Amino acid sequence: MRLTVNGQAQDATVRPGQCLRTLLRDLGWFGVKKGCDAGDCGACTVHLDGEPIHSCLLPAHRAEGHSITTIEGLAGPCAPGSTPPDQLHPMQAGFVAAQGFQCGFCTPGMIMTAAALDQGQRQDLATALKGNLCRCTGYRAIRDAVAGIGHAAAADAHEPVGCSLPAPASLGIVSGRTAYTLDRAMPGLLHLKVLRSPHAHAEILSIDRTAALAVPGVVAVLTHEDAPQARFSTGRHEDPRDDAADTRVLDPVIRFIGQRVAAVVAESEAAAQAGLRALRVEYRLRPAVFDPEEALRPDAPLVHDPADRTPGADAPPLHPHPNLAAEAHGEVGDVEAGFASAHRIYEAEYVSQRVQHAHLETHAAIGWRDEAGRLTLRASTQVPFLTRDALCALFDLPRDQVRVVCGRVGGGFGGKQEMLVEDLVTLAVLKTGRPVKYETTRTENFSAATTRHPMRVRVKIGAAADGRLTAISLKVLSNTGAYGNHAGGVLHHGCNESIAAYACPNKRVEGYAAYTHTLPAGAFRGYGLSQAIFAVESAMDELARDLGIDPFDMRRRNAVRPGDPLVSTSLEPHDVRYGSYGLDQCLDRAQAALAADPGAAPPGPDWLVGQGMAMAMIDTVPPRGHFAHAGIRLEADGTYALSVGTAEFGNGTSTVHGQIAAQALGTTPDRIRLIQADTDAVAHDTGAYGSTGTVVAGQANFLASSALAQKLREAAAEKTGADPTACRLTRDSVATPTRLVPLAELAEGGAMAAEGRADGTPRSVAFNVQAFRVAVHPQTGEVRILKSIQAADAGTVINPMQCRGQVEGGVAQALGAALYENLRLEPDGSVLTATFRNYHIPACADVPDTQVIFADTHDSVGPLGAKSMSESPFNPVAAALGNAIRDATGARLTATPFAPDRIFRAVMDAQA
Amino acid sequence: MDLDTITAVLAPRGSDDIPEWREGDAWLAGGTWLFSQPQPGLTRLIDLAGLGWPAIERDAETLSLSATCTIAELDRHEWPAAWIAAPLVGQCCRALLGSFKIWNRATVGGNLCMALPAGPMIALTAALDGSCVIRGPDGAERRLSVLDFVLGPQETALRSGEILRRIAMPAAALRRRTAFRRISLSPNGRSGALTIGTRDAEGFALTVTASTPRPCQLRFPGVPEAAELQAALHAAIPDDGWYDDVHGAPDWRAHVTGLLAEEIRQELSL
Repeated sequence: MRLTVNGQAQDATVRPGQCLRTLLRDLGWFGVKKGCDAGDCGACTVHLDGEPIHSCLLPAHRAEGHSITTIEGLAGPCAPGSTPPDQLHPMQAGFVAAQGFQCGFCTPGMIMTAAALDQGQRQDLATALKGNLCRCTGYRAIRDAVAGIGHAAAADAHEPVGCSLPAPASLGIVSGRTAYTLDRAMPGLLHLKVLRSPHAHAEILSIDRTAALAVPGVVAVLTHEDAPQARFSTGRHEDPRDDAADTRVLDPVIRFIGQRVAAVVAESEAAAQAGLRALRVEYRLRPAVFDPEEALRPDAPLVHDPADRTPGADAPPLHPHPNLAAEAHGEVGDVEAGFASAHRIYEAEYVSQRVQHAHLETHAAIGWRDEAGRLTLRASTQVPFLTRDALCALFDLPRDQVRVVCGRVGGGFGGKQEMLVEDLVTLAVLKTGRPVKYETTRTENFSAATTRHPMRVRVKIGAAADGRLTAISLKVLSNTGAYGNHAGGVLHHGCNESIAAYACPNKRVEGYAAYTHTLPAGAFRGYGLSQAIFAVESAMDELARDLGIDPFDMRRRNAVRPGDPLVSTSLEPHDVRYGSYGLDQCLDRAQAALAADPGAAPPGPDWLVGQGMAMAMIDTVPPRGHFAHAGIRLEADGTYALSVGTAEFGNGTSTVHGQIAAQALGTTPDRIRLIQADTDAVAHDTGAYGSTGTVVAGQANFLASSALAQKLREAAAEKTGADPTACRLTRDSVATPTRLVPLAELAEGGAMAAEGRADGTPRSVAFNVQAFRVAVHPQTGEVRILKSIQAADAGTVINPMQCRGQVEGGVAQALGAALYENLRLEPDGSVLTATFRNYHIPACADVPDTQVIFADTHDSVGPLGAKSMSESPFNPVAAALGNAIRDATGARLTATPFAPDRIFRAVMDAQA
Repeated sequence: MDLDTITAVLAPRGSDDIPEWREGDAWLAGGTWLFSQPQPGLTRLIDLAGLGWPAIERDAETLSLSATCTIAELDRHEWPAAWIAAPLVGQCCRALLGSFKIWNRATVGGNLCMALPAGPMIALTAALDGSCVIRGPDGAERRLSVLDFVLGPQETALRSGEILRRIAMPAAALRRRTAFRRISLSPNGRSGALTIGTRDAEGFALTVTASTPRPCQLRFPGVPEAAELQAALHAAIPDDGWYDDVHGAPDWRAHVTGLLAEEIRQELSL
C-alpha cells in the first residue's frame, strides 16, 4: 500500500494484523517509540492527517492513502535518516528550553501530543496528557515546556559549572534523531522470543522442539541443554562475588512464574511467536512458597538446592536455612539498656510493597559479530563493562572478543544494573552466527524483570524526655524472590544510612532476605533505603508527637553532625566522611518553606488537612569498590574528545561531563565531544549505579581534564618560552604572555591526551528533607498534595536545572510508590498487574510541583565540590507523606501504597 | 501491537458484504482494545470502518448511536437545548481511561462490547435507558436493553456472529435532569465507582457502574429518602456483589458507591 510519511510518499507491505507503529519503524522512522505497545504510554504518538493517535493501536492497513507525521517530520518534510531540522517546531524548541525530558524516550510522543493541543487543552494538561507517561521528570519540566517557560542557559557559557546548560543530546531527542538501543536497522536480523513458565516451581522433564523448528522462519530453539552450566547473578557489581551465583541462562528448574523456559530465534517476531506456541514442554510440578516468612519455616519448599548456588559475599546468610539469601546483623552499644532508659518507646511494623521501575524503554539488546568476528552487544544497560565481564565469564570468552555498547538508554532507575537479556542474545548469536535482537514486552518487564524488594521492617525506637534517642532496633525481612540478585546489598544498605543518620549510642539490626517462588527483586533507586526509612522516619514522627516535640526539631536533636561517628551497627573503620554537611540547612529551609506557603486550597471544606516531613541520608558512593576511567584528547581542530564509560539514561551525566571538562580546560562545553558507554572507550567503568555518574566518573574526568590542561599550558609555554604558570587556557587557545597559541596549533605537535581514574573512595554523605501539606477526604480516603517541598544537600550543584529535575523525578517516582503502585501477585505467584493500565505509574495529574531547595555546601570529596543526587530524593517521600496523613487524620499508616481503598477504613476509624 | 496470528483483514463495503462469521474472527471497530493486547485466538479481522454507518442519528423520539461512532464524534456533537441530560455525554467521555487521542479511534460500540465494569459508554447508555440493536448473521435484528446486554466483565449477550449495530435511547431520557459522580484510586484513573442519577416526572433512577461487575439500576417513583436509597442499594447489591480488581477493593467500592449515591440523591432533590 501507499502512504505519505513526513511528506515522503512511501510504499509499504503491510502484514495482516500489523499496527502502524511497527510499520513506521520498518520504514526507518525510529522516532516512533515503543513504551508499552498497548496504547497506555503514548510514546508512539504520531499524527494521522493531523490528528494525534497512538500508532501502536492503529491497524496499519487503515493508514493507506493517509498522511502521517512522526516526530522526525514535525518541523517539516524530511527523509528517513535525515539530520535534525535547522528550524525546530515551537513545541520542540519549548522542550529544549525547559529541558522537558531526562532519558527522552517518552519525548517524541509527548511532543507530538503537546503539539496537537488547542488552547483549552493546554490549560488542563492533567487531562490532556493523561495518555502520555514519563517516568523521569515528574512532569513539571514538561508542563513548563508546553507553557513555553524556558530554563536552559546558552551552551557556550563560560564558567560552565553551576550553569543550567541543556543536555548535549537535546536537539536529537526533541527531533527524534537520537538513537536508543533498538533504533538501528540491521540486515539479516533475527528475532528472539522467550517462552516463560506458567508454573511457580517445577522441573522441566522435556522440551519437544520438533514442531517449533518446523515453523517457517524459525532458525533455532534454545533450551537449558544449549545453555552454559555456569551460574551467575543477573545483578551486577564491581565484584561479581557480591551477589549469589544462583542463575542459569536457561535452567531445567523453574522457580517463578515467568522464568525463561526456552527461546525461539526466527526471521520475524511473528515466526518466533509461532515457534513458541509450537513448543511442547513437560513439567513435573513441585510445591512453592510465596511468602518470605513461610519460606523460612523449617518445612518450607526449597527454592534452591544449596549445592547449586554460591552465596553472595555481601551480607551472606549465616543461618543454615537454604531459603535464606542474605543476612545482616549488628549491634553497637547496649540496645536493651537503651530501651530500659527510654522515656518513651515506639514500636511497629512497616510494610513496603513490590514496585517496578517502569523505565519507558523495556529491556532489550541486539547482538552480532562484527567484521573481525568479535561479539558485539548493543544493550539497554547501566553497566556495559560489568555486562561484558559477565558474558566473558559465562561463555568463557576472552575480554578482547566481547564489546558492549549503549545507545541512549531509555531510563534505568537501577533496573538496568542487571543482565536480563544480554546473556540470551549472546547465546543466540553464538548458536546462529547471525545478528539477533531481543526486545522484551512491557508485560515481560512487569512479570519477569526485577522489582524493588518488598520488605517488612519492624522498628523500635526509644527516646528520653528531651527527645534524645536512647536506642534503635530494626528487624527486617526482605523478599528477594526466586533469585538473590542484590539481596545482600539491598538489605545491607537499607539498614545502614537509615540509622547511621542518627547519633544514638545503641543500635541493633537483624535482617533477613528470603528466597521465594516469586519474580526476583533487584536494584531500584534507593536500594533498600526507602523501605527502612519509611519505618524509621514514621517512628521518629510518632515519638516526636508523643513527646510534644516539633518533627523538624526532633531531627535537629538527633541527626548526626560533623564530629559524630557515622555508625549503623558496626564500629569497624570505613571510608565515609563528612565531605560537607547541609542537613541543618535542609531542615531549616524546608521548615521555612512549609511555613511560608500553605500551598493549594483543599478540594472541599470537609477535607482534613495536615503536614509532615521526613529526612534521609545517603553515602555518596556505594561501598565495596566503584571505579571509573576517563580519557581526554585534543583533536586536530582544537576541540576535545572526552571518553567515559558511563551510559546516559536520563541521569544527565553527559551534560555534567561536558561541564566538568570545560571547567577544567577553561573552555565551553560545546567544544567537548563525548564518547561514552562503550567497552572500547576506556579501560574500565563500574557503571552508573549507586548515584555515581557525577561523583565517580565525573572525578575521573576532572582528573583527566585537569592533567590535559596542565600539559597544554606546558606545551604552549615551551612554544613561546613562557613560564607555564603564566599561561592560561581559553576557549580555543592558550593565552601566554607573548601571544595566543591556538589549540589547533598545539594539536599539530602530536598527541595531546591525558587519562584520569577514580576509585570511589573516600565517600561523603548527602541529605534530603521532604515536607508535605496534604488534604485527605475523611470518607473516601483520597489524598491530595497541597504543597511539596524537598530540600537537598547536593554539594556544589553543577547543573541546577538538571539537579532540580533529578529531585523532582525522584519525588514523583516515590509518590507513585507511596500512593498508587503495587505489583500484585495472584495466589499462584503470577503477576496480576502486568500492564500500565493495571499498574498505575504517576501521570501528569498525579504529580504536583515540588519546590526544590538546595543547601549551600561544597564537598571536599566529590569533584568540584559535588555530591550525588539521583537516588536519594526518592527515600524520604513515603514517610513524609505518611506523617502528613497522620497529622491530617490521626491515622498512622504502616503499609504503602496509601491508596484510597487501602486507607479509608483507617482514616474513618481514626476520626470516629 | 502487532497481532501476529492474523492472516487476513476483510473490509466489507456494506451490510450485504459482511462475510460469514468463522471461529477466530473478530469485528474491528476502533481497534483500541483489540490491538492493546495479544489476541492469540484470532485469525481474521473484519473491519467495520467501510460499512459507513452514520455515527449519530436523532429525531424527536430517539437518539441512535452507531456502534462505530467514535468517542470524539460523540463528544463534539451539539445537542438540542431541550436535552438537558446532554452534559452526561461529556462527563462519560471524560471518564474513559484513555486520553483524547484514544477518543479519536475508540468507539461507543467497542466500549459496550468490551463490557468492562468501568466502561463509561455503558454507564451513559444504561442511564439513558438505551437498548442495543443487534444484527444477527442472517441480517435479522434483535433488541436488548443495555442492562441486559452487559452480563459481566468482558461478557455480553452477543451470540456467535452477532454484531452490535447501534444503541437507541428514547429522547424522553435525554430530557431528564441528571447527576453524575465518579471516583477512582488516582485522580484520572479507571473508575472505581461511576454512578448516574436521573430524575423526571416519572421518577428517579440511580445507575451504578464500575463498582459492580455489570451495571445495576434502581428505580423509584420519586426521589427517595437517604435511608431508603441506601437500603435499596443493599438489597440490590449483596455484600459479595461488588467488583474486585486492582482498581478498587470491593469494600471500598461498596462504601464510596453509597457516598456517591447520597450525593446524587441530594443534588436531584433540589
